[in-house]
Amino acid sequence: MIPALIVFAYLAIVVYIGVFAFRKARGKQEVEDYFLASRSLGPFVFLMSLFGTNMTAFTILGSSGHAFANGIVTFGLMASSSAFLIPLTLLLVGTRVWALGKRHGFITPVQLFRDRWETSHVGTVIFAVQAALLVPYIIVGVMGGGTTLEAVSGGRVPYWLGGAVVALVVMTYVFFGGMRGTAWVNTFQTALFLVFGGVAVLVIGWGMGGFSRSAEAILASGESFLLTRERVSPLYFLGYSFIPLSSIAFPHITIFCLTARRMSQFRRTVILYPLCIAAIWLPCVFLGVMANRASDVPKVQEKLEARRTLASAAATLTPAAKDALRARAAGDDVLVLLLEHYAPLWLAGLLGAGIMAAVMATDSQILALSTMFTEDVFAHYEGRTRFGEAAQVHTGRAFVIGLTVVAYAIALRLPESIFAVAVQYAFTGFAALAPLLVAALFWRGSTKWGALASTLWVAAAVIGIAAVNAAVPAPPPGQATPVWTLAGYEVVARTAGGPSILGLLPVVPVVLISALLMLVVSALTPKPGAGTIARYFPDSVPG
Amino acid sequence: MSPPSRMKKALLCLATLVVYLLHQDYWFWRDARPLVFGFVPIGLFYHACYAVLCALLMWLLVAFAWPGHLEREAERPHEDRQP
Repeated sequence: MIPALIVFAYLAIVVYIGVFAFRKARGKQEVEDYFLASRSLGPFVFLMSLFGTNMTAFTILGSSGHAFANGIVTFGLMASSSAFLIPLTLLLVGTRVWALGKRHGFITPVQLFRDRWETSHVGTVIFAVQAALLVPYIIVGVMGGGTTLEAVSGGRVPYWLGGAVVALVVMTYVFFGGMRGTAWVNTFQTALFLVFGGVAVLVIGWGMGGFSRSAEAILASGESFLLTRERVSPLYFLGYSFIPLSSIAFPHITIFCLTARRMSQFRRTVILYPLCIAAIWLPCVFLGVMANRASDVPKVQEKLEARRTLASAAATLTPAAKDALRARAAGDDVLVLLLEHYAPLWLAGLLGAGIMAAVMATDSQILALSTMFTEDVFAHYEGRTRFGEAAQVHTGRAFVIGLTVVAYAIALRLPESIFAVAVQYAFTGFAALAPLLVAALFWRGSTKWGALASTLWVAAAVIGIAAVNAAVPAPPPGQATPVWTLAGYEVVARTAGGPSILGLLPVVPVVLISALLMLVVSALTPKPGAGTIARYFPDSVPG
Repeated sequence: MSPPSRMKKALLCLATLVVYLLHQDYWFWRDARPLVFGFVPIGLFYHACYAVLCALLMWLLVAFAWPGHLEREAERPHEDRQP
C-alpha cells in the first residue's frame, strides 16, 4: 500500500501546482489567460509541456503493453515514426498556426477554419467530430489511471476507483488552473518521468539479473520474434507512419501551438523532440519486451499463461472465454508490475507517480474540449452575449464533466488494450483530419465543402472501424479473420489490433480518401472571397 | 534569416525524403543479432539511432528553412483581429 500512498501524495502535489502555484492575478485578459496562458509560455515550459501533452497513458502503459505482446516492433511502429513526423509538422504547420493565432486572435482550430473558409455551420460539424474523436483519448487516460492505481496498490484500489480518482484530479486542476496550470503540471510531470524512466530501467535490469541474460533467454525460447519484426509485414509497418499525422491535428496540440510567447520557441522544441521521444519510448518498449522473462513475477506469469491458452485453444473457446483470456493477457500494467516486484517500496511509489504523471496528460484534452465548447459553440452562437461570461464558463465545465463521465463509463467496459483504443479511433480519426489543417494553411483553393466532405468521411470511417470490431471477435495476435473477400483478395480482415484493409492499417486509406475528398470537392465548389484569400496568402498571385 | 534558395530547398526536401525512407528499414527485419551492448536487439538500436538522425534533420531544417517571415507578419499591426 506504501507505493499507492506515495502516488496519492503525488496527486495532491499536482493539484496544488495546477490550481495554486502559478495562478495569475485576474484581469481583463482572463479568457485568453485561462485558455492560452496569455500566449506567454517560455521556451523550457513550452518544450516540456508540449512533449508532456503528447506523452500519455498510451506512451507509457500502452507502449509497454504492446511491446510485451508484440516485441520491439512497437518502437518502430510509433516512436521513431513520431520522431520524424511530429517535429516536422510542428515546424511546417505549428508555426503557421501560431502566427495566424497571434495575428487574428484565434483560440481554437475551428475558429481558424471558420474564418479561413467563411463558414459557420461547417465549423460546428468539425467541432462535433473533433470532440467525439477526443473521447477515446480521454478513455485511454481513465484506463491508464485505473490500471496504474490498481497495480501499485496491489489491487486494494480497484480499477473503477483508480480511473475515477484520476479523472477527478485532472478535472480539478484543469478547471481551476486552465492552460497555465496544465502547462506547469505537464512540465513537472515530464521532468519527473524523464528522471524516473532511467531509474526504472536500472532497477528492473538489476532485479532481473541483467538484461543480457533475459535477451539471450528470449532468443533461445520459441518467442525470438519479440526481438525482431518478423510478425509484422513491411506494408503494415509503413501504414503506421501515417499515425503521427494525428498529432498536429489534435485540437489540444493545435491549441498548445498558440501558447508560445514567440515563434522562436518552436526552434528548440522541434530539434529536441525526437530525442525526448527516444528517451521516453526506449525504456518503456524495452522493459515491456523484457517482462516476458520476468519468471518470478506471478502476475506476469498469469498473463503469459493466458496468452498461450489463447493462441493454442482459440478455436475451441467461446467469445466470452476469449474476451476473458484477452483481458487476463493484456499487458498494460506490466511496467507497474515489474516496478512493484523489483524496486523497493518507496522507489516503486515514486516510479508509480512518474507513470501516473504520463497517464494524466488527459488534462490537455479536457482543457481543449472545454476551450472548444465555450468558444466554438457557446460563444459562437451568441451564448456569451445572451447569458454572460460566467454562464459560458459553467456551461463549458458541465460539457466536459458530461463527456468525461461518458468516457469513464466506456473505459469500465472496454475489453481492448490502451494501444488498440488509441490507435484505432483517436489517432486514425485525427490523422485523417490533418488534410483539413494542411489545406487551410497551404492551399488557396480549399473550400468549406471540401472540409465538410473530409470531416463526414472521417466520422463514417471511424464508425465503420468500431462496427467491424464489434461484429467480428478479435483473433489471437499474429492471425487474421477475413471479413470481406473480393475476387480472392482479402479486402477487409480483423486482426488482434483491429481491422486491416488490403493488409494495411485503416489509417492509410482513411487519410488518403480524406485528402482526395478535400481536393476533389474543393475543386468543384466556390472558393472563399478574395479578401479572405489575401489575408491568409498575402504573397500569393491571385488566380 | 533570408529565405532558402531553390537549390537549398531542393536539398532539404531530398534530405527529408531520405530520412523518411530510412524509417522503412528492411535490412534488420528478421535479425535480432548482434545484440548491441549485449542486450539491445539490432532492430531496436537502429530505430533509436534513427531518432537521433531525426533530431539532426530537424536542426538542419530549423537552421536553413526557418519560416521567419511568419513571425514578422504576425507582429505587424493589423485591423482584422477577431473579438
